[in-house]
Amino acid sequence: MEYITPLWPAYPELFLLVMACVILVADLFISDDNRIVTYGLTQATLAGCALLTFFTGNAEPVYTFSGMFVDDLMADTLKLLTCVAVITILVYARAYTVARGMFRGEFFALALFATLGMMVMISANHLLTLYLGLELLSLSLYAMVALQRDSVQATEAAMKYFILGALASGMLLYGMSMLYGATGTLEITQLAQLSADGVRAQAVLVFALVFIVAGLGFKLGAVPFHMWVPDVYQGAPTAVTLFIGSAPKFAAFAIVMRLLAQALGAEALVDEWQQMLLIMAVLSLAIGNLTAIMQTNLKRMLAYSTISHMGFLLLGVLSGTIDGYGAGMFYVVVYVLMTLGSFGVILLLTRGGFEAEDLDDYRGLNQRSPWYAFLMLLLMFSMAGIPPTVGFYAKLSVLQAVVQIGFWWVAVIAVVFSLIGAFYYLRIVKLMYFDEPRDTAPVRAGGDVRALLSVNGLAVIVLGIAPQPLMVLCIEAVRASI
Amino acid sequence: MTFQEFIFWFFAAVLVFAALRVITARNPVHAALFLVLAFCTSAGIWIQLEAEFLGIALILVYVGAVMVLFLFVVMMLDINLTRLREGFWSYLPVGAMVALLLVAEMALVLAGPYFGLAEAPRPESAPAGYSNTKELGRLLYTDYVYPFELAAVILLVAIVAAIALTLRRRKHAKYIDPAQQVAVRREDRVRIVSMPAEKKEGGA
Repeated sequence: MEYITPLWPAYPELFLLVMACVILVADLFISDDNRIVTYGLTQATLAGCALLTFFTGNAEPVYTFSGMFVDDLMADTLKLLTCVAVITILVYARAYTVARGMFRGEFFALALFATLGMMVMISANHLLTLYLGLELLSLSLYAMVALQRDSVQATEAAMKYFILGALASGMLLYGMSMLYGATGTLEITQLAQLSADGVRAQAVLVFALVFIVAGLGFKLGAVPFHMWVPDVYQGAPTAVTLFIGSAPKFAAFAIVMRLLAQALGAEALVDEWQQMLLIMAVLSLAIGNLTAIMQTNLKRMLAYSTISHMGFLLLGVLSGTIDGYGAGMFYVVVYVLMTLGSFGVILLLTRGGFEAEDLDDYRGLNQRSPWYAFLMLLLMFSMAGIPPTVGFYAKLSVLQAVVQIGFWWVAVIAVVFSLIGAFYYLRIVKLMYFDEPRDTAPVRAGGDVRALLSVNGLAVIVLGIAPQPLMVLCIEAVRASI
Repeated sequence: MTFQEFIFWFFAAVLVFAALRVITARNPVHAALFLVLAFCTSAGIWIQLEAEFLGIALILVYVGAVMVLFLFVVMMLDINLTRLREGFWSYLPVGAMVALLLVAEMALVLAGPYFGLAEAPRPESAPAGYSNTKELGRLLYTDYVYPFELAAVILLVAIVAAIALTLRRRKHAKYIDPAQQVAVRREDRVRIVSMPAEKKEGGA
């Protein structure tokens, strides 16, 4: 029997794993003063991983490891974006972690392992690897939240995150075991084949679907499984909140696509999960946007804003068409871009011993630093979906997909709640431009943060003016992979 | 009822009873011991399914190693049970209602014709000389090598996380550095002072 499998599609993952172990060991020989070496090695690893992903990319899906691993255009695109997002996160987080004693080897090792988990999830073609990738990511994230162990808030957030995350994993696993019971396979391509041919135990598939959708809802943070999001966002150290809120959403989108669009993409089943996602999407839009208005803590407000964005993402997916999936992918890319930028600004204003997380801390930012205030203005406009920023286009394409399948009333609801949501985004703009500053400390940042944050903020408007290349890429990626 | 069926029902009944006692026992040590019983009976069921390796591994690894550690931890921690049970009765009605609904709904699907004996015909018995362990090992290192390695990475992350979260470098701890101890020189410890001999007063 032949067991030799091509390894080249998995080169990025293998490289990342080897380098993570090397960094873990090398860090032991580096003194606290030279910790910057670990940081440099981590960034170099992520950059190398992105390059490898780019050069091993291919348009046709390639399967390896006995069909458990798939390398297709969607996987390549999402993995590349994940690496870039993690690089950006680490740049933004450097000053914050240094000031809070978190600039340690473990932080970087955990970040790398979390990235590995995301890449495994994105490339999973087997429910077993999908679940293992998810656990790898979640375990690393729980530990990162708790890394500031003297902070009561962080420990509480880690505890809540851990327990609810374990519950969600249980739901997901139970659903997967039901799928196995009904079809006798865990491989996603085979599941797709079997569910398309029609299984006798259709009821069991639907039953499995309920648990899988609930598990995915937990992981995405969609209503009614959103309880952990605000507490974890607020309690975790801001650098870790940035991590949780951004890059893992690529992986979450990937597993939603793999499980729902690929494995359970048969027409009879699409009808079933369409309704479940519809309820979750509409509730997320409503509760996310309405509750965000009441918040005075910016991190908590962004948590509720995330919930409402996840509602939009689900709207894109539930349309069940290639355009809809493409719009969903476009939305998740734009969401991560906006989250990186806005948390970047929060980290920028945060100094040693001072957390800029209250809305009042943003009063009069324009007088302290007009450029950063302008960047924040762009990001907030984009989150609210005001043209010509890219957030407008992302929302528009999702709504188009929903209207195409005749759910025009859902589109109306989404627009209404977006309008309500615009209030709390614009309130920040008002605070920044029309109020007197309370805090007059000058805004200091290293050259790397300044450059990257500027690029990040301007990307929101550049992509808004020319969204076509990214949109085409997203649709092509989805078309090639489904 | 054949003897085999009798064994199955016996093990199954003991398993369910033990599992129920795990969550209802008041004393955590008793709960842990019931968990040991549950593991032993499920190992028996696995052996009946001709999965000898898994059955033995369950006993050796879980009962022999994991549960012993577990018992140690339970005995060392002073768990305040009354605090844990706080609010139990006030949440019980809601929790019980949700649980009952879930059980009823699940029963409607699972009691259907999908998982009966007719759906899962008895697989053919393995031929003599067939090694379960060898087959598992072959699968684990060929078809399943990727998830196997991933599981290893997850364990590594667990180690890193546990150390990162619990290791404290204490500055004032009275620890001993063997390297320093070995490298000690005579001059560090003994000071030889030369002084003139003194006469004993009133000596003989």
